[in-house]
Amino acid sequence: MYAAVTLLGVSLSIFVILRILPGDPLVAILGVEGHARMTPADRVRIMADLGLSDPLPVQYVRWLGDIAAGRLGKSFFRGDTVSELIVHRGPISAEIGILALIVSWLVGLPVGILSAFKPNSMPDGLARALSILFIAIPGFWLGMLIVLALLFWFGYKAPIVIVHLWQDPWQNFQIVIGPGLVLGLAQGAYIARMSRSCLLEVIGEDFVRTARAKGLREGLVVMRHALPNALLPVITISGVLLGFVLGGSVAVEQAFGVPGLGRALVIAVIERDIIVVQNLVLLYAVIFVVVNVLVDLSYAWLDPRIRYS
Amino acid sequence: MIRTLFGEMARFARRNRLAALGGLVGLLIVFVAVAAPLLSPHDPLKADFRRMNKPPDASHVLGTDQIGRDTLSRVIYGARTSLFVAFSAVILGTTVGSLWGVACGYLRGRFDLYSQRVMEILQSFPDLILAMAISMAIGTGLPAVIFAIAITRIPFGGRVIRSVALSVREMPYVEAGRASGASALRIMALHVLPQCIAPYLVLATTHLGVAIVIEAALGFLGVGVPPPTPTWGNMLADSITALVPPWWLAFFPGLAITVTVLAFNLFGDGIRDTLDPRLSPAFLRIMSGGRRT
Repeated sequence: MYAAVTLLGVSLSIFVILRILPGDPLVAILGVEGHARMTPADRVRIMADLGLSDPLPVQYVRWLGDIAAGRLGKSFFRGDTVSELIVHRGPISAEIGILALIVSWLVGLPVGILSAFKPNSMPDGLARALSILFIAIPGFWLGMLIVLALLFWFGYKAPIVIVHLWQDPWQNFQIVIGPGLVLGLAQGAYIARMSRSCLLEVIGEDFVRTARAKGLREGLVVMRHALPNALLPVITISGVLLGFVLGGSVAVEQAFGVPGLGRALVIAVIERDIIVVQNLVLLYAVIFVVVNVLVDLSYAWLDPRIRYS
Repeated sequence: MIRTLFGEMARFARRNRLAALGGLVGLLIVFVAVAAPLLSPHDPLKADFRRMNKPPDASHVLGTDQIGRDTLSRVIYGARTSLFVAFSAVILGTTVGSLWGVACGYLRGRFDLYSQRVMEILQSFPDLILAMAISMAIGTGLPAVIFAIAITRIPFGGRVIRSVALSVREMPYVEAGRASGASALRIMALHVLPQCIAPYLVLATTHLGVAIVIEAALGFLGVGVPPPTPTWGNMLADSITALVPPWWLAFFPGLAITVTVLAFNLFGDGIRDTLDPRLSPAFLRIMSGGRRT
């Protein structure tokens, strides 16, 4: 319920932000020269065509109606519809996001557990140093370096056209693996940090002492008794981190030259293609909100205390 | 007074070696940014068409770019832009957010309810994407970038400071102020606000790194501070437009970003542990009855 209100607010704020563009939107789109070259009649026609000549509240309500009806409008410059853009490029970006999520858990959780096993040992120190480093490195720079290194030393360049998973899995893999890894490692660093501190916290509790006292092996104590209790905050942070993945993927896609949705958004922003920006920004925000609602719901499923209260 | 300040700093450094190192490196970078005209060997904007795309050598220690500008000078001047944007944006955003948070936490009621919804909405956008949309809307100059990043920082200040204000407002001395008839504004300014300074500093330092990365990403995507102003992000963007990107142009600006963010993050973590132990993992462990490991 709250999520629905939030989403309505999100759409309203996108609309307000993009409509406070100073001056005439046509000047913003076409530039001063392009605008001056048109006849007044043309200007009126294009404004009406874009639906920009109606009063703002009418425009806003119509936009919401269009979204509900699945009509997302079209790019001013290329004429392809936003829906086509999403269907065509969305899967690549979605794969990158999911891959990043998988990598972050596969790398972050084991590293966090290893750290918590022997705190302040050599491996723990190394893991913490690495996670501090990976949090600081901007993903898009790491991506650039990887692309450059592959090009210099192996003469390799990943495909830069859109190849979907169902068309050619191997080609598709080459496109998404780089961005997925880079984004995943950065999130993995946060997850390692979080799972380490949560595990250490739980390991100090009484039931863990009981488990140790009844003679369980240390491995079993940590994995069976401590870990499940330490996971909830890690799942929360994973939901919050999705914001970094969504935002970061825009820059990382650019670094790898991946033709995903993020690239489309950047191009639209540079070209001031209002309709495309408006819908894509909304899409990113909706994904972010929905995933965090799912995270909240997963709590009830994972933690009986919440389910029964 | 000065002696105690130094004493405090020395104790902070002893207890928190990494944070002190981060602070020192951060200070050094700030110094480089301020003294850029004295330190940079060349003019960062001057093209030299006889020396385009040259790898590092004696006269250009970090090489030159596509139109022969000196990379080292541009990295040094880039520190100016990056730090200026990051500091202004964080101070602006965190201050607005914190004042708002104080008002929410102290006044409660409907104002708080609606404000929380607004902050939720702001936090529903991925940072970079919100910053992109705002800077697109208000134009891509330096003030636009600062403003855009500042807005993304508001909800963080708002939420954390609100929770501080919520607990402070129940304190007896605040109640005493209310009982003696002080206005809400007076209580907020004189009694609640001073309690928020420590968390404010923690917030501001921890968000500096984030702001630098967002600024660099905006520049990299071509929607940040417009060229020819040298920023680290712009330089990275320049380097990938080439068919065979020169490695020095791709490497050094990114290294500058990483070192700066690393320094500020380490310093921020240390400040957080010192000023606001409530937020540190060690304290949480102790409070939950755990042993110190």
